[in-house]
Amino acid sequence: MNIFKKSILTVLASLLVIGNVYADKIKIGTEGAYPPWNSKDASGNLIGFEVELAKELCSIMNHDCTIVEQDWDGMIPALTGKKFDAIMAGMSITEERMKTISFSQGYADEVASLAVMKGSKLENLDTPEGINLSLGGASVDKALKILKGALAGKTVCTQTGTIHQNFLQSGDVGKIDVRTYKTQDEVNLDLTSGRCDVALAAAVAFTDYANKSGKAVVLTGPTFSGGAFGNGVGVGIRKSDTKLINDFNSAIDQARKKGIISKLAIKHFGFDASM
Amino acid sequence: MDFDLMFTSFPKLLGATVVTLKLLSVSLFFGLFIGLLFAILRLNKNIFINKFAYGYSYVFRGTPLLVQIFIIYFGLGQIEYLRSTFLWVILKEPYWCAIIAFTLNTGAYTSEILRSAFQTIKPGIIEAGKSLGISNKIIFYKIQIPIAIRQSLPAYGNEIILMMKGTSLASTVTLMDLTGVAKYIISTTFKPIEVFIVAGGIYLFMTFIIHNVIKYLEKKYSFQ
Repeated sequence: MNIFKKSILTVLASLLVIGNVYADKIKIGTEGAYPPWNSKDASGNLIGFEVELAKELCSIMNHDCTIVEQDWDGMIPALTGKKFDAIMAGMSITEERMKTISFSQGYADEVASLAVMKGSKLENLDTPEGINLSLGGASVDKALKILKGALAGKTVCTQTGTIHQNFLQSGDVGKIDVRTYKTQDEVNLDLTSGRCDVALAAAVAFTDYANKSGKAVVLTGPTFSGGAFGNGVGVGIRKSDTKLINDFNSAIDQARKKGIISKLAIKHFGFDASM
Repeated sequence: MDFDLMFTSFPKLLGATVVTLKLLSVSLFFGLFIGLLFAILRLNKNIFINKFAYGYSYVFRGTPLLVQIFIIYFGLGQIEYLRSTFLWVILKEPYWCAIIAFTLNTGAYTSEILRSAFQTIKPGIIEAGKSLGISNKIIFYKIQIPIAIRQSLPAYGNEIILMMKGTSLASTVTLMDLTGVAKYIISTTFKPIEVFIVAGGIYLFMTFIIHNVIKYLEKKYSFQ
């Protein structure tokens, strides 16, 4: 056998070995642009609650994991297209998404809220502090009625393909001009520039931005949960990967028992958002 | 392949095509004027005017259209002073920001296309006009401009097609053009292939029309 053939075989053999290593490795997709859930530090490394939680869950499952970045609007197609095996990107468990993918049990939950610039007419809305759309009832109806009146004709900004967009376009808050953005960063930029009268996202996304940028972004109206806002945030997994779903479910159980999720949540959110 | 989704999304995408065509026609209209103006400035013998026109086309041809849109939309929006001026009335609207970016971009390319077309006009043609006693002004309007437009048709046809595809970037500043609506449908159905195939088909059809109109004009105004 000459040296040429030998080297080709060596390369092929090593490819097989590498291939096997990758087969056992789980790739987890995250957005890296939704602090404090997931974001990037100055040098581009992925950081945040879910990045740390993913590492903890992987060590419990005894799996080798890599965390990869994926734009939010292509997150679910990338999962079904096998670019990675699991989503941990602040993705709420909703019925709409369950038609396409499965979720592990929820690991954290956190309310949504409207935000405006300080001094806006919408700053002090006379609504209850928080409403759960799944529960319904008189206080929810009253809050939605107040919102309908206050938001009529206003430009409301939110990120594309989110529970927040679904809620705004559900008609629950009447006729508004919904503008959608690729990332939450862009929503924040246009809220401060004044192009948006009001924005909707996870409440912590706004408080985190206000703290870090020093801009006068304030929360307003009730906090939202339930209904279009889903049932907590879970790991998105392909429907066919039943073993991986089970693995994640038991890993989340263990992490919860050990208090790992609460600890990480308090570290990143400032309060216990674990569930 | 979800054919049902392709059928149901087709009318929605077709509706969004109106926005795309509006963006395209308005920016091409203004861009043609800017292009003609700067082509003439480029031919000016004054070095400052000449360099200014060159600088404009250099900057706008040398940077990506996406960056230009982002600077105009997100960049200018961050300048607090600007928000207190009347300019904000225009810059507040994503539609006008996109139009401004597209117009300046296509204007830069059009100026280069027209400039080279002016320069390919054989001096003999102008001299012939002069020897017939026609004034410089009439020579410019009746001889140079028509020849330059004919000369630039193939290149300008390309520019229209490039611009038509460029309008898809309007979706990055919240406009619901063809690409914007396609992305929206995908965000609720999670089926990018089906929707993008239909959207791509519509873009292809528009290219087909533009291509054939230009080809017809080329033939009609051919010198042969």
